[in-house]
Amino acid sequence: MRAPSGPLLAVGDILLAVENVSLSFGGVKAVSDVSFDIRKGEIRAIIGPNGAGKTSMLNVINGFYHPQQGRIMFKGEARASMRPHEAASGGIARTFQNVALFRGMTALDNIMAGRTLRMHSNFFWQMLRYGPAMREEAEHRRRVEEIIDFLKIQEIRRVPVGRLPYGLQKRVELGRALAMEPELLLLDEPMAGMNLEEKEDMSRFVLDANDYYGTTIALIEHDMGVVMDLSDRVVVLDHGIKIADGSPAEVKGNQAVIDAYLGVAH
Amino acid sequence: MAPNAAAGADTFPKLLVRNAEIYGKRPAMRHKDLGIWQSWSWSEVLDIVRPYAIGLHRLGLKRGETIAIVGANRPKLYWSVMAAQTLGAIPVPVYADAVADELAFVLAHADVRFAAVQDQEQVDKILSVAERVPHLELMLYDEKRGLRDYDHSKLHSMDDIIEDGHKALAADPSLATWLKNEISAGKGSDPSIILYTSGTTGASKGVVLTNERSIRAAADTVAFDKLTEKDVALAYLPLAWVGDHYLNYAQGMVSGFCTACPESSDTAMHDLREIGPTFYFAPPRTLELLLTRVMIRMEDAGFIKRKLFHFFIDVARRYGERILNGQAVPLRGRMLYAIGNLLVYGPLKNVLGFSRVRVAYTAGEAIGPDLFNFYRSIGLNLKQLYGQTEAFLYVTAQPDGEIYSDTVGPACPNVDIRIAENGEVQFKSPGMFTGYFKDEVKTAEVMTPDGYVKTGDAGFFDEETGHLKIIDRAKDVGRLNDGTLFAPKYIENKLKFFPNIREAVAFGDKRDFVCVMLNIDLTAVGSWAERNNVVYGSYQELAGHPLVYDMVEKNVAEVNRSLAADKAMSGAQIRRFLILHKELDADDGELTRTQKVRRGFIAERYAPLIKALYDGSKEADISTEVTFEDGRKGVISARVKIRDMKSEPTAAPMGKAA
Repeated sequence: MRAPSGPLLAVGDILLAVENVSLSFGGVKAVSDVSFDIRKGEIRAIIGPNGAGKTSMLNVINGFYHPQQGRIMFKGEARASMRPHEAASGGIARTFQNVALFRGMTALDNIMAGRTLRMHSNFFWQMLRYGPAMREEAEHRRRVEEIIDFLKIQEIRRVPVGRLPYGLQKRVELGRALAMEPELLLLDEPMAGMNLEEKEDMSRFVLDANDYYGTTIALIEHDMGVVMDLSDRVVVLDHGIKIADGSPAEVKGNQAVIDAYLGVAH
Repeated sequence: MAPNAAAGADTFPKLLVRNAEIYGKRPAMRHKDLGIWQSWSWSEVLDIVRPYAIGLHRLGLKRGETIAIVGANRPKLYWSVMAAQTLGAIPVPVYADAVADELAFVLAHADVRFAAVQDQEQVDKILSVAERVPHLELMLYDEKRGLRDYDHSKLHSMDDIIEDGHKALAADPSLATWLKNEISAGKGSDPSIILYTSGTTGASKGVVLTNERSIRAAADTVAFDKLTEKDVALAYLPLAWVGDHYLNYAQGMVSGFCTACPESSDTAMHDLREIGPTFYFAPPRTLELLLTRVMIRMEDAGFIKRKLFHFFIDVARRYGERILNGQAVPLRGRMLYAIGNLLVYGPLKNVLGFSRVRVAYTAGEAIGPDLFNFYRSIGLNLKQLYGQTEAFLYVTAQPDGEIYSDTVGPACPNVDIRIAENGEVQFKSPGMFTGYFKDEVKTAEVMTPDGYVKTGDAGFFDEETGHLKIIDRAKDVGRLNDGTLFAPKYIENKLKFFPNIREAVAFGDKRDFVCVMLNIDLTAVGSWAERNNVVYGSYQELAGHPLVYDMVEKNVAEVNRSLAADKAMSGAQIRRFLILHKELDADDGELTRTQKVRRGFIAERYAPLIKALYDGSKEADISTEVTFEDGRKGVISARVKIRDMKSEPTAAPMGKAA
C-alpha cells in the first residue's frame, strides 16, 4: 500500500507514539499522562472499563481533540494540532461506536465516499464525467469492488444502508474506512451490539485486513475475549491512567487489570 | 442416424479441443468478479486448461487417479474438472456445504490424493479431518485470502500451478505433444466423473459415469431441446449434484453454450437477471420461494398496482397456458394477455431473470399444480423431467407442447423404461452409470440381470397422455393395518402445495391410521402473523401458536377432502397432526442435501412424538439435538400439541378399496 507522505516505515517500526498526553474537559480529567506506541503492522487494542478514557484517547489520536499536555508523534514527526480531515489525508481512518454512515446512500456509494480524499481530478472534469475523471472513477470503483469482495457484501451492493441490519452496517463502515487505504485504522468498538456469529465474522475481517492490506489497526473493545484473540499488544486504561501495557497474556495476568475490571474491596 | 452434436468426440477433453476449434471466439464461461462480468472464450479456456493440466501432471496427478473438487460454481473449479479429465484423472465433486463428517467420508472413500478447493473455509474444513483422509497429499485453492500464513508444502494456489504449466510448456515444447497424445489416449469408456449421491437411503455412494455415455446422453437432450452455442445458462446449483454436471457442464461441452457463474450464492437471483439465461433449471422449491417472494411484495404494493397485478394474473391463468401451447384462444383473451404481458408478465419475468428463457426445467420433487401453472401462464416454458444420478440425470422429459403438472413426460430419446411387477420404474439409458465406486454389492442390488437400473421409485404410465407418473419411492409405499394403500409422499406433497406448509412427514405403514408431522413456512406464516398481529419470537413459538394450528387444520382438512375423492386413497386420510418445534434440517440428518425428508431417521429421532400421535395424547414433550454448521451441537426442547381431524365422507359409495 502506498504511503501518503513522510518516510517509509518497515513493519515493527513505531508508526504512532502517544507521549505523556493529558486531556481534560473543564475539571474532569479524561486522560492523564498516558504514553504508549503503535507499531507498524500490528493490531493494538486499547481497553478499559466504562469511562476509562478509551474513546477520548482515540479522539486525540484522530486529531478531534487536542491534548492540553504531551504530544502525538506520527511517523516520527511531532504532530501539530490538526483537524480530523487532516488526520484523514495523513493516513488515519476510523469507524465509530455508533454507526455513522450516509443512511440513504447505497453500500457501494458509502464505500466510494471513502475514496473522496484520493480523487485528484478537479471538479470541472468530474462534472463533465469525461477523460481523466472517468478513468479515475473507474480505478476507484475497482478498488471499492475489491473491498466489497473482501468483505463479502456483494449482495447488498445496491441496498441503501439504512435498510441493512446492524451487523452489515458495521461491515460497510469498515469498508468505507478501508477504502481510504489508511496507514492506521482506528476501530471504536467494532463488535458492540453484535451477536456471536457477527463478532466472529468481524474478527475475521479485522484479522484479514491486517494481514491482506497490511493495515496497522488500533481498536477499542469491550469484549475481552475478542481483544485477547485479535490483538498483538494491549494497553489498559482506567480512570484516564495507563495501568498496563503488553501482550494479551501479560495483561490478562496483571493484578491491576483484574482489579480494575472486577473491582476491589476497599 | 441419431443427431450427434458431439460429432465423434468421445471424451470431454476432445470436446474441449473441438469447441476451441469451431466456437473459438464464442464465450464459454462467464463469472461476475469485482462487480463486472468476466468472459472466457472457448479458445481462452483451452489455453488455461492446457497449462493447468501440465501443472497437475508435474505435481504427480496420474491417469485413473481421483481428485476432489470442493466449492461453489466458479470457473476455476470447472477448469479443474477439465484439467483433471485432460490427464485422464477422475474428478470427484463434493457439496460445498457438506459438514466435515460428510466431506471426510467422501474424500476417504474416493481415495483422493489431490483436492481442488475454493477458499480458506474449505481448506480449514479439510484440514480439520485430515487424519481421516490418509491419502490426501495436496490441496489447490482458488482464493488466496487468509491462506498466506498456512504451511504451503501441501498447499498451492491454482494460479501458481497454471503459471507453472505455462512456463513448463514454454521451456519444453515436447510437453505440448505429450499432452496432445494424452488427450487422444483418453477412451470413451474411461470414467469421466464420480458423483456422490446425496444418500436418501444411508451413506452416499459414488456413481461412476464414463465419458462416452455422458456425452451420448447430453447429445440426445441437446438435440431434444435444440440447444446451441448461442444459449446461456447460469450455474448456481451445487457442483457435486448431477444436475449441475449434466445441465451445465456436459450440455455446455456438447452444445458449446456459455455457462455463467454467479458472483456468490447470495447474489445468484440478481445475477440471473443480469445474465438473462436462455436455459434454466430450478427445483420446485426455488420456484416456490420466488413466487412466495413476489406475492409477499405484491401484498405490500400500492392499491392500483395490486389490483392490476391480480387482474392480469387472473387473465394469465385463463389464457396463458393455452397461448403457450399454441391452442385456440378467443381474440379478447389474446388482446388482454398481450396487454398483461406489457404491464405485468414482461416486467415480472424481467425481475425474476426469465425474460430470455427458452427452455426451463424443474425436477426432483413433485411440483404443485398452482405453482407450475403460474409460471407457465406468464409465458415461461417450464417443463418437468424425471431422472437420477445413476441415469446421468434424464430418464423422462416433457416435450414442448405436451405439458401436464402431474406427469414427468415420456421416456427421453434412446431411453427404455419398464414398470416392474411391484410398480417400480426401471430404465436403460445411454447415460447410465457403470457402477458404484468400490461397491459391487450395491451395484448388483440396483442392476437387474438384463441390464436395467432399478430407480426405487414407484410409478405408472398415464393412459391418457402416455406420460410417466411417479407416486412415491417404491419401498415407501405401504399399507395400513386394514389394507388401505398408503403412499406417504403422495399425501405429503398434497400438504406441501399449501404455502403455509413447508415440510410434511406422513406415517401410516402397518398402523391403524395416518398421522403427519408438519413444518410451517416461516416466510409465509411469518408474513401472515405480521398482518394479523400475532407476536412471536422464534420459529418454535410461531409453530406452537393456536391460531397457526387453526389455519393449518383447514389445510389438512382440505387434503382429506381431496383424498376422500379418490376411493383408493380415501382410507388414508389424516387423522391426527402436529407441527414440529424445529425446522427439519440437512445438518441434523433429517433431510438429504437435496432437501428430501428421511422418513425413517425422523421416525427414530422423534419416537416420543410418534408414540403420542398413536396413543391419543393431546401433547408430548420432546428434546432434540441440533448440529450447527461448524459441527457444534445444542439441544432444543419443547412441548408439542397434537390435533385430531375428523374423517371426510368418501365420495364413492362403495367405501374404501383394499
